[in-house]
This record gives sequence, structure tokens and C-alpha cells, in this order.
Amino acid sequence: MTINNEFILEIVRLVLYAVGLIAFAAFNAAYLSLLERKIPSWFQLRYGPKEVGWWGLLQPVADGLKLLTKQLLVQRGADVVLFKLAPVMVVIPAIMCLATIPFSETIVARNLNLGLLVIFSFSAIHVIGTMLGGWASYNKYASIAAARVVAQNIAYEIPLLLVMVALVMVTHSFNLHTIVDQQAGGFWHWNVLRLSASPLMPVAFIIYFICMLAESNRAPFDMVEAESELIAGAFTEYSGMGFGLFFIAEYANIVVGCALGTILFLGGWHCPFNLLPGLHWFLIKMYFLCFTVIWVRWSFPRTQFYGLLNLSWKVLIPVALAHLMITAIMLKLV
Amino acid sequence: MSLEAQTIHRETFVINLGPQHPATHGVLRIKLTMDGEYIYDAEPVIGYGHRMHEKMGENRTYAKYLPNTARMDYVAAMFNTHGYVCAVERLAGITVPERAEYIRVITAELNRLASHLLWAGAFLIDLGGFTPLLYTFDDREQILDLLESVTGARLTFCYYRFGGVCNDVDDEFVAGTRQFISRLRSRMPMYHALVTKNIIFRKRCEGIGPITAADCRRYGATGPVLRGAGVAYDVRKAEPYSIYPKLDFNVPVYPESDCMARYLVRMDEIVESMRIIEQALDQMPAGPVMAEKVPKFLKPPKGECYFNVESARGSFGVRAISDGTDKAYRLKLRSPCFSNLSLFQECSRGMLLADALALLGSLDLVIPDIDR
Amino acid sequence: MWNYFKLIATGSWSLCVGMWIVLLHAFRRPVTVQYPYESVKLPARYRGHIELKRDAATGQPKCIACMACQRACPSGCIDLDGIKPEGSTRKVLTRYKLNFTTCSLCGLCVESCAFDALQFSKDYNLASVRKEDYQMDLLTPQEKKP
Repeated sequence: MTINNEFILEIVRLVLYAVGLIAFAAFNAAYLSLLERKIPSWFQLRYGPKEVGWWGLLQPVADGLKLLTKQLLVQRGADVVLFKLAPVMVVIPAIMCLATIPFSETIVARNLNLGLLVIFSFSAIHVIGTMLGGWASYNKYASIAAARVVAQNIAYEIPLLLVMVALVMVTHSFNLHTIVDQQAGGFWHWNVLRLSASPLMPVAFIIYFICMLAESNRAPFDMVEAESELIAGAFTEYSGMGFGLFFIAEYANIVVGCALGTILFLGGWHCPFNLLPGLHWFLIKMYFLCFTVIWVRWSFPRTQFYGLLNLSWKVLIPVALAHLMITAIMLKLV
Repeated sequence: MSLEAQTIHRETFVINLGPQHPATHGVLRIKLTMDGEYIYDAEPVIGYGHRMHEKMGENRTYAKYLPNTARMDYVAAMFNTHGYVCAVERLAGITVPERAEYIRVITAELNRLASHLLWAGAFLIDLGGFTPLLYTFDDREQILDLLESVTGARLTFCYYRFGGVCNDVDDEFVAGTRQFISRLRSRMPMYHALVTKNIIFRKRCEGIGPITAADCRRYGATGPVLRGAGVAYDVRKAEPYSIYPKLDFNVPVYPESDCMARYLVRMDEIVESMRIIEQALDQMPAGPVMAEKVPKFLKPPKGECYFNVESARGSFGVRAISDGTDKAYRLKLRSPCFSNLSLFQECSRGMLLADALALLGSLDLVIPDIDR
Repeated sequence: MWNYFKLIATGSWSLCVGMWIVLLHAFRRPVTVQYPYESVKLPARYRGHIELKRDAATGQPKCIACMACQRACPSGCIDLDGIKPEGSTRKVLTRYKLNFTTCSLCGLCVESCAFDALQFSKDYNLASVRKEDYQMDLLTPQEKKP
């Protein structure tokens, strides 16, 4: 390998991407956690955090400092290596998924031709991380939660992948940039309204949204950390930044899921009225989906565990299969 | 999945739904023997909040015991005081003027509303839905403001006295109560749309936690638990006291015996309480609020009296045995939550943990009432 | 089969209605009273700790040390004493101490006073780290706690 300007530039670019992605994920995790407390305060007729900094903007800083200054305890009898490895295994795939997501026409870390497949592969790793965290904690509550998380995530991977397969059949590409380019024009070109591909496309978007909620263990599917039953579920024994990493991972998963939803169904960085495409539209749509995720969390109670699994196996998978079949038929006929 | 397959050796483990837990309303410890996610046995361990109220009843004069009565079931404190005061009045032969009876019923029913609203919010938090709690607490705050303007306290009222009540109510209270009732009435459809018809809530509550009428009879459960099992027993109708015979209200009964039935019983009781309060406000006569010849140091004649009232949680009873002195010989308090909790061990066998917690929430327990 | 689809439809609709109700609440003003920047107006009958009513003309407490409140208190919080000065028929209060750590705000003392000498104060901003601050001396006028 010759070391010349090209090579050095590439290294600099890689470092910038890595730092940028980690910073984006961390910043989002911090300020989504603030929004997570501000948005329900609007719904619940109260004020959220407002003392620390104007409008509570320094609250995530205070929370981060608090988590950093806590002692990292490992319970006696816990498997130390797995206990410390688990938060890492949950956070890193979430950030890695951001590497292939195009934020605008020109802003993308690595535009892989198999971008969609890469994202799904990485997003399946966090299940192992949570399960190991729960199991290695040597705590009965955490073990129950670990068992739940595996069943939940496996069940909700399937409709997600079925919907993706149907979409890829229509777009003929795994490349995220290409998928967005096909949705140029006004909002009637967006995949969510692409009824020429399948009349069940809006339903496919809803299935994607529900599966995204379940994959990131958000309410109403947060059995893993069901507060009123299992205290903090798989994360009961984690203190300080170990818990902080799980926290960052949850919000990073939400960001990845919403970003992916924007790209696949809502037209990416294109304007709904075909005016000024750009990064701002991407961010608006992505944060609108994040708002909806938070809105859904605070509106409903939690499902039971078998209700969750029933929803996936008995409702989402048949509908996703029907959607796949209809897409295939329409592809051949039309 | 049932426990009949006991020929297979199952490995169970014991987990503590400990004294510190978000879902047990107070300090209650439940030793769960679990088989995976299913409960094999649930043993409640109580006594973490025992303050010897019954013994204190033997060491204090009748009047000095009044603050204690509000500290047992503090969420619905008026009923405890009502039961105690009526028991002692019957022992001592004191008659209460009519205006005082009406005021007692109005404040007690307002307290029932506050208690049911708190229960609705707390039950939903147990199930995971945080927002309706804030809405019910908004309504409950208005009730507590009304009661504060009359009694001076928000939670542990010391308002009833032997022979009546200690302060009269003014027109501002009457107008405020009427306004509050019309506001709450207009909010009930919102609660039903947000909670009762919600598919997730329905799936969590319908068919979950069956408590049959036979179970209730064996353990002595009363209140919404019993009425949600199909038995139409309400102390206000079965053994009427105070001015309830003059008021026209229904007793909601649902035969399904599941968590949803108990929830609907309580929501309907909210509506019925509002009707009772409106009728009582219309019918309330003018007059004194305190009986005339009430001795300062009450020495009821020898005898005993059992008086029970329909508290928000069930039938709260006071058995007062007097030996002629100014202190009671024995004061026995029959707590509704104690009987309701005793059902839990049998009814939660073979249930999943989440469902057992929904059942525990629907029993509406206040642990200090159990421990006294 | 029909029930299956009906349940999905009614279920989804109930979820949408729920979300809509929650969203509508976002457009209402918060009901929080931001204590300590704002404070709630206390009702007239609010029960703070008791205080001695003073005679408007002389500024002395109306209490004549009959000990009725001390006898009526269930928790034994009140400790008072009085002396009868020369040439007077009524006693004068020399000591009135309230142990607020055991007071349950029942009001039996206020009701038992036949001379209208006790009332509830509106003092609720009591916060301290020492138990001694709650051994209140009601006879000597105190400066208000911050």
C-alpha cells in the first residue's frame, strides 16, 4: 500500500466519520433523553426539567456527570467479563448502523451497495448484549428480563425483515441512496404511498414502525425494563456509566430506526412539495418520527408478554406475508 | 400451562416482590415461588407498617383517638373516622343533627371520589401507562382543595366529632362542589376513551385475575372486589346508616370477576358518588352541625357496638367495647384491605407475573390499612 | 375470522383515539404551581401549627392557663404553666411550649379552648435540620422562619 495524499486523506476522513457518528449518536442520546422528559410534560400538564439551564437544556449534561461520577459496582457471583462486555455490545452496533445512513445527497459515511442488509445485521447484535447483561448480573429479576428480551426481539425481527424484503423487491436495490433517489418528487412519490407497488404499503410502514418500537424495547413493548414489575429488568445491577451506555444505546437505536424509516418510507431528504431538498428535511422527518415514538410511549400501558408475542406471530407476520405476496403478484402483473 | 404436570421435576426459584417495589402500594412483601414466569406460590408478608392502632385505642380516651383513625387508610380517611364516630355514638346514645349527617355524607363521598381517582391512576401506572395518572390527580387536587377549605387538611382529616362535625360548610364549598362535579362528569368520557376502550388495557384486564364470588365469601372480601364478582353487597344498601336511605343511587355490579369488572365497578361508583353528592347538596337542611349535650369526656355505658361503613375499599368495621370508663376496653378495626389481600395467595396460583401484578393492583390495597 | 379483523380494526382505532386525546392535552396550560416562585393561596381554615391569639387592646395572649388544651391533646405536645398574680382573679400565662414533632394537627386543643385563645397559623414553610427548631415557644413572639 502506498502512503500518499490519497491514503492520508482517507484516514482523516475515516477518523472524522467515526468521531462524527459517535458524536451524533451521543448528542442525540443526550438530547432525546431531555425530550423524553419534556414531551410528556406537555401531555401531562406539567413542566419538565427547567431548572438546570434555560428550558432544561443543561439537564443531559447534569445527568451525564451524575452517571460518570457513580461507582461501577459488580455483584459478587456475577460474571465480570460478560457483565462489563454487555453494555459495549449493545452500544457499538447501534452506532455502527449509522455508518451507512445517508443524511443527505452528499452526507454519508460509507455508501455501501448492501447498506440495508448491513444495518439489519448490525441491529440484531444488541439482543445478545442485553441478554448477556441480564444473565451475567446474577440477579433473578435480570434473568427473567434476559429471557424476555430474546423472545421479544426474535419475534419482531421477522415481520421487519418481511417488510424489508417486499420493499427491496420493489426498489431493486439494497443501496439506501438509490432507495431515496427513487422517492424524489413530491410526497406522492414516497414509498409509504407507493400504492402501485402494493396497496398495503401504508400498512407496511405501520408494521415497520411497530417492529422498530419492539426492537428498541420501547413502550408499549418495554417488557425488558418493565419498571413496575422488574424494577429495571436486565439493567437492574448496572450503575453509573454501565447504565448510561444502555441508555445511550436505546436512544441510538431509536435514532437509527427513525432514520431508516425516513429513508425507506418517507422520502429521505426530499421535500414533500418538491421545493428544497436537503439535510433539513431529513432531520425534520427523522425527529418527527422520534416524537411519535415518544408520544406512543407515554400514551398507552404496557402489553403483557404473551400479548406482545401474539401481536407479532398472529397479526404482524400474517399481514407482512400478505403484503409480500401482493407485492410479488403486482410486480409480475403490472 | 397448569401445575398438573408436577410429575416432571420443575426447578422453582424464590423471588421477593420486596418491601421496596414500585407496584406494591406501600410496604408489602410478597414471597413469590416462581416456575419460570409462572407463579407457583405467592405468600404475602405483612407487618412492615404495624403501628398498634388497636392497642392505642385502649390507651386513649375516645376523643383523643380521632386523629388515629385517619392514619390507617389515609387515602380514604373520612370513612375510617365515620365508622369509629358512629360506633361510639351508638354506644353513647348520641344523635347527630341532620345537617351534620348530610355534611358527613358529602365529605365522605368526595373522599371516595378522590380515592377511586387515585386508584385509577395508580392501577394504570402498574400496567405501564403513566399519563392517565396525571389527569386523575388533576381532578383529585380539586377535591382535596375543596376538602381543605372545609376541614383544613388534605389527606388525614380530623373533621368528624362525636355528635356531628366540627365546622360548618359555607356556600363557597357548595358552589365549588357543584362546579367540580359538572367538570368531572364532562371528563368521564375522556377517561373512557383514553383508558377503558384502549385495546392494550383491555387485553391486560379482560379475563385476567378471576376472583369468583365463592373465593370472596371464603376470605371475606368486600367492596369493589366483591361487586366485581357479581355479588350485589354494599353496606350502604344492606345495612343502611346515616342518611343513605334518603338518597337514590345504584350499586354497580359486574359478574365477570376479572380485573376489568373491578375497574368498571369503580368507574361506575365514581358516577354514582357524584349523583349522591348532588342529591345531598340539594337536600341538605339548615341547622346545627353539632349535637347539643355531648359530654366533654365521653364515658359511654358498658356495652359493645359493631358499626361498619362502606369505605372506598370495602366494608370497614369498628367494634368498640366499652367498660364504662373514658377509655375503650377494646377497639377492633376490621380492615377491608386485609381480607382483600388474603385472596391473593390462592387466586394468583399459576398466573404469569404481569397478570398477578394486575390482579394486585385491581384489589386496591393500601398497606397501612392492612397493618394498622 | 371476522372477529380477528374486527379486533384489529377497533383496536387500532382505540389506540389512535388515545394518542389524539393525549396530544390535545399538550395544548393546555400546565396546572403546576411553581413553588417556590409562586405559592398557593391557603384557605382560611388551613391547619398550620397552633398559635396563641392575642388581645387586640393589650397585645397579651388571651390564654388563662386553664390547661384544657393540654388535657385534650392526644399526643402530649402542649406544655404550659401560669401563675396567678396578686390581686387578680385570672391566671397569667408564663410558659407555653408546643412540641411540633408529635403534633398531628387534630384540632382538639383549639376546640377545647373555652376562651378563644388558640388558632391555627398559616405557617407552612417550616424546614429545618434540627429537632430543636420544632420545640416551639408560643409565648415569645418569634421572627418568621425564612
